[in-house]
Amino acid sequence: MSTLAIDKAGPTRKVKLRSMSRDRTWALRWSYFFLVLFAIFFLIPPIYMLITSLKSSAEISAATNPWWVFHPTLSNYVELLTSNQFLRFFWNSSMISIVVVIVTMLISIPAAFALARMKFWGSATLATGVFLTYLIPDSLLFIPLFKVLATVQEFTGIPLLNRWYVLVFIYPTLTVPFCTWIMIGYFASIPKELDEAALIDGASWLQTLTRIFIPVALPGLIAATIFAFTVSWAQFLYPLVFTTSIDQLVLPVGITTTLIKGDVFNWGQIMTGALLGAAPPLVIYAFLMDYYIAGLTAGATKG
Amino acid sequence: MADVVVEQGRPARAASPRKRASLRNAMGRKSTVAFFLTLPLILLIALLVLYPAFYSVYLATLNKAMTKFVGLTNFTFLFKRETFWMVVRQSCIFAITAVVFKALIGFIVAHFVHNIPGKKQRKWRGMLLVPWVIPPAMSTLAWLWLFDPSYSAFNYTLSFFGIGPIPWLGDTFWARFSVILVNVWYGAPFFLIMYLAALKSVPDQLYEAAAIDGANWWQKIWHITLPMMRNIIAITTLFSLIVTFANFDIVRILTSGGPLDRTHLFATWAFQVGIQSSDIPLGACVSLFMVPILAVAAVFILRDVNKRGNEA
Repeated sequence: MSTLAIDKAGPTRKVKLRSMSRDRTWALRWSYFFLVLFAIFFLIPPIYMLITSLKSSAEISAATNPWWVFHPTLSNYVELLTSNQFLRFFWNSSMISIVVVIVTMLISIPAAFALARMKFWGSATLATGVFLTYLIPDSLLFIPLFKVLATVQEFTGIPLLNRWYVLVFIYPTLTVPFCTWIMIGYFASIPKELDEAALIDGASWLQTLTRIFIPVALPGLIAATIFAFTVSWAQFLYPLVFTTSIDQLVLPVGITTTLIKGDVFNWGQIMTGALLGAAPPLVIYAFLMDYYIAGLTAGATKG
Repeated sequence: MADVVVEQGRPARAASPRKRASLRNAMGRKSTVAFFLTLPLILLIALLVLYPAFYSVYLATLNKAMTKFVGLTNFTFLFKRETFWMVVRQSCIFAITAVVFKALIGFIVAHFVHNIPGKKQRKWRGMLLVPWVIPPAMSTLAWLWLFDPSYSAFNYTLSFFGIGPIPWLGDTFWARFSVILVNVWYGAPFFLIMYLAALKSVPDQLYEAAAIDGANWWQKIWHITLPMMRNIIAITTLFSLIVTFANFDIVRILTSGGPLDRTHLFATWAFQVGIQSSDIPLGACVSLFMVPILAVAAVFILRDVNKRGNEA
C-alpha cells in the first residue's frame, strides 16, 4: 500500500509530495491501529459467545482464564441440537420468518409499484404515511395489540394469544413499511422508457410488474427480503408478550426464558443457543453483505 | 400510463363477454388498480398500526379492570409516582448519551475505514458491522455473561491492572453505564455504515482543492465533510434517537430495569406495569409518553427526507 502512495506522488514535484505520501502512510498506520481497537470492541461479545459455547459447565465454574478454552467440547451443541425444545424454537422462528417474508413481499411489492408509478389521489400522502409507520416502534403498540388480540379472541373464539401464528400477522407491521419504502425508491429509479416500451408491446400492468420491475429491481428486492427476514428473526418484544407456552416460543424468547431456570444460569448452553440463534442472520450477512448494506443505507439515501 | 393499458387491452379481447369486459374496464382504470394494489398495505397499517395506536389512547383512560372510564386519573397517578419521573429521566439520559456516542464512534470509525485502500475496506466494513447483524436479544445475552457478577470476564481482565471487581449490573451508575455501553455497541455500526456511504459521496476534488489551499484535516472535516454529510447525519441521528428511546430488548435482558428500577426505560417499565402486573391501562399510559418525543423526531426526519427528495 505504501508503494501505491509513492506511485501516486509522481516524478515531477518529488519533494513536496514525498512528505504528503509519508503523511498518508502514517494516517494509514493510525487508521489500522484504531480499527483494530474498535474491531476488538465490536467483536468481543460474539467471540466470547463462541469461547463459552465450547466449554463444559465444570470449566465455566472453575476460576480459570475465561478467555481461553482448555478442554474444548461440543457437548453444548450436541445437547441443544438434540433437544426437542430447542429445535421447536428454531422451527417456530424459521416458519414465522419465512412466512413473514412472503407476506411482506406480497403486500409491499404491489403497493410500492402503485405508489412509484401510478399517481393517484392520495398517493403522496400514503407514501409519507408508510414512512411514518416505519417510525412507530413496537414498544408503543404491544400493549394495545395485546388487548386487541385478547378481545378478538374472546369475541370470535379463535385462539390468538399464546399461538405462534399470530406473530405472522403482527410482524408485517414492522417489515412492510420499510420494505415498501425502499421498493418505492428502487422502482422510481427505473427509467420510465422501460415500462413505456413494455406497454407499447402490449404488456398489461401485471406483466410490466413481473417482467420489468421485479427483475430490474431485484437487488432492492433481495435487500428488502433480507431486511424482512432479519427483523422477524430478531423480534423479541412481541413474542415475549403474545406467547408463553414453551411449544409456542420463538428462539430469542425461548433462550432467554427456558435456559435461565430460576437463579441457575447454564451459561454454556445459553451462549450456544445465542450463537445458533445468531447464525442464520450472520450466514445471510456473510454471503449477501452488499445487499444487506444496500438495504440498510437505502432507507435514508433513497426515496 | 395505466390508462394506456386499458386501451390496448380492449381491442385484443373484444370477443369476450360484455360483462367481463366492463369488469376489466373498471379494473384497468388507473386509480382502481392502484387502489387494489395498495389495499393490503392500507388494511395492514389501518388495522394493526393506526387502530392499536388510537386504541391505546382510549385504554389509557380506563381503570385497572378496564370496566369504567376514569379520564386522566392514570396520568395524574403517574405524575405523582417517583418511579415515573425516574423513568423519564433515565430514558432521556439513556437515549441522548447513547445516540451521541454512537454518532461519534460511527463518525470516527467511518473515517478510519475510509482511509484504508479499497479492497481491504470491504473486509473491515464486514467485520465492524457484525454487532448490528446479530439479533440484539442474543448479543445482549453475551453481554450479560460478560457482566456476570461472579464470573465476569471483564473483571477477570481488569484485576490484572489492579482494578477491583466492578459491579457492572449491581450498582446504579454502573448499570446505567452498562446498558448504554451495550446500546452503543449495538448501534454504532449502523452509523458507521451510513457515514461511510455519505463519505464516499463527497467528491474528492473538494478535498484536493482544500489541500491546495492549505487546509488542515480539521478544516477539511469542518468545512467540507460535515456540510456535505449534514443531511445524512441529521436523518441517522433522529432515526437512531427514536429507536434508542423506544429500546426494549437490551434493558429487559440486561437488568430488567434494576437495580431498584434505576435503569427502566418507557418500554421496559410499560411492559412491567402493563403485562407483568397486568395493569393494561397504566401500561398503555406509560408507553404513550414516548409519543411526543417520537413525534418531534419524526417531523424533523420527514422534513429532511422530503428536502433531499426535492434536491434529487
